[in-house]
Amino acid sequence: MHRPFKTQYEQDLRLFRAPSAKIWYGLLIVILLALPQFAGEFYVGELGGLFIFAIAGVGLMLLTGYTGLVSLGHSAFLGIGAYTEAILLARGWPFAVTLPAAAIVTAAAGIAIGVPTLRMTGLYLAIATLAFGGIISNVLQKWDSVTGGFDGFPVKAPSVLGVVLDGPWAVYYMSLVALVFVILLALNVLRSPLGRAMVAIRDSEVSAQSMGINLAWYKTIVFALSAGITGLAGGLFAHYVRHLAPDAFDVLLSIQLVTIVFVGGLGSLHGAIFGAMFMRLLPQGIAMIRDDLPNWLGRMPGLEPSVFGIILVLCIMFEPMGINGRWQKMKLWFNRFPLHRASASRRQKSYAKSERLR
Amino acid sequence: MSLFSATDLGIRFGGIRAVEGVSFDVRPGEVFSIIGPNGAGKTTIFNLISRIYNPTSGRLNFNGQDITETPPHLIAGLGIARTFQNIELFANATLLQNLLIGRHCHSKVGLLSQLGFLPSVRRAEVEHRKVAEEVIAFLGLQRHRDSLIANLPYGVRKVVELGRALCTEPKLLLLDEPSSGLNVEETEEMAFWIDDIKKDLGITVIMVEHDMKLVSAVSDRVMALNYGRILAMGTAAEVQSDPEVIRAYIGGEP
Repeated sequence: MHRPFKTQYEQDLRLFRAPSAKIWYGLLIVILLALPQFAGEFYVGELGGLFIFAIAGVGLMLLTGYTGLVSLGHSAFLGIGAYTEAILLARGWPFAVTLPAAAIVTAAAGIAIGVPTLRMTGLYLAIATLAFGGIISNVLQKWDSVTGGFDGFPVKAPSVLGVVLDGPWAVYYMSLVALVFVILLALNVLRSPLGRAMVAIRDSEVSAQSMGINLAWYKTIVFALSAGITGLAGGLFAHYVRHLAPDAFDVLLSIQLVTIVFVGGLGSLHGAIFGAMFMRLLPQGIAMIRDDLPNWLGRMPGLEPSVFGIILVLCIMFEPMGINGRWQKMKLWFNRFPLHRASASRRQKSYAKSERLR
Repeated sequence: MSLFSATDLGIRFGGIRAVEGVSFDVRPGEVFSIIGPNGAGKTTIFNLISRIYNPTSGRLNFNGQDITETPPHLIAGLGIARTFQNIELFANATLLQNLLIGRHCHSKVGLLSQLGFLPSVRRAEVEHRKVAEEVIAFLGLQRHRDSLIANLPYGVRKVVELGRALCTEPKLLLLDEPSSGLNVEETEEMAFWIDDIKKDLGITVIMVEHDMKLVSAVSDRVMALNYGRILAMGTAAEVQSDPEVIRAYIGGEP
């Protein structure tokens, strides 16, 4: 099994722990940059959407997976980001300003929901954020003069230095750049004192406090960060859908985002990406095989939600660490082949604290 | 001059007077033990010192500073660290990360420099790591360095919690039942560490403990509590032979 030999403390602070990781991630970037040359317009558009959901997934992962705060209101942050981007563009602001503005406005909204819910955790926080999502969704519907009400409005294509960034290719590349930026940002957070404070708050608030962590301050920061990243995804989402309407940002979208985080695997950035892949690719996969299925199954109206539900249930029952957990186990299996033992990835059960680990 | 003093400390939960009229001084460099039957208010006193509870009466003074109204997250920075009776480690983080969280109160890097992981953050991280490695060497935790706490046995976790408290570089260390759940050898080892912490690191210790053998081995002074009040104070031998203390533990004529 490959383990890098450590001779310096700096080695544990590097972005890539093993030199081989640099090569693999570099290769992935090159493939993703070149892909639109070979893939059709439809697939490029879908991948752009996948990137956007991956960004939002990373945002929610920081909050739910690393800080242990469940939010059922992240569709609202996506919505605030999307509307800020579209409205500011329509008023003639330059794209270089509107996208950061979408993130900043949404981060401010994150603080607005974060501060009143500071003392809440678990179900109570979930309900509070759910209510927040409902409020924002209503505001988007009713505030006609700004949001265009139920009908919404078309999103203007952005232009940078006279070049109009229109169509799926533009969304693809913008989202890819934003995704890489967000992942680097998240990695920086996670290897800093801030990231450790988040994990501390997740695992034990009382001892986090005794170690000098100001719970109120850090929870607010994380809410702002998570919301800001989701708002950035929202700004790109506006260009992906090209016509904003409030019904896109309902509770179902929030649940989709939570599903990304849970199915992908809580507490890992890989999980957020895997989750987004699952969430965006599964409907396409179902659509592709639909025609080959027997008629009674292929034409069944609720096929897609059913498959989603079944996979979610199976995931929670058999792989609580999500797709990423399964991926880690597969890697371990190949690394140790043929000496693998089934007990290698079994976790010790903790009986003392029943609700600590999700 | 005392390092820590509590004056007329008291707290009520509804009608229950959990701690009442408790005053004591802790001198620099001593090991001060608090004993008493279950429910005597020992852990409550710890929670009052670490400011998790607000006292209903009395003052707390540490190092010449009144800390009765200091917010709980600033206590570690002043130099008071604690462990918990039922281990409160960060179970899904590695041992090293747990120790580094102990360094949090010494972290001075700004938020934006953390987002960009600027060289100043990198340098600070390496410095924190050096302190954490010293603690790892002190407690002999090298081989568990990268293990998740959830995968470590109970005895090791108890030591990790001690290590995490030491990482804050405290002047005063609060140990809440350091030997609970440990076997005889592990308890002996704990006694040696407490002695080393006092003699080599010069840290003052307040300890809540039930194991009288450990208490006698390491404490300079012992305070016995019952029903939130002080029964006796003195050396371990004096307190153990105090008739009030014997009555509280064994029972007898009122």
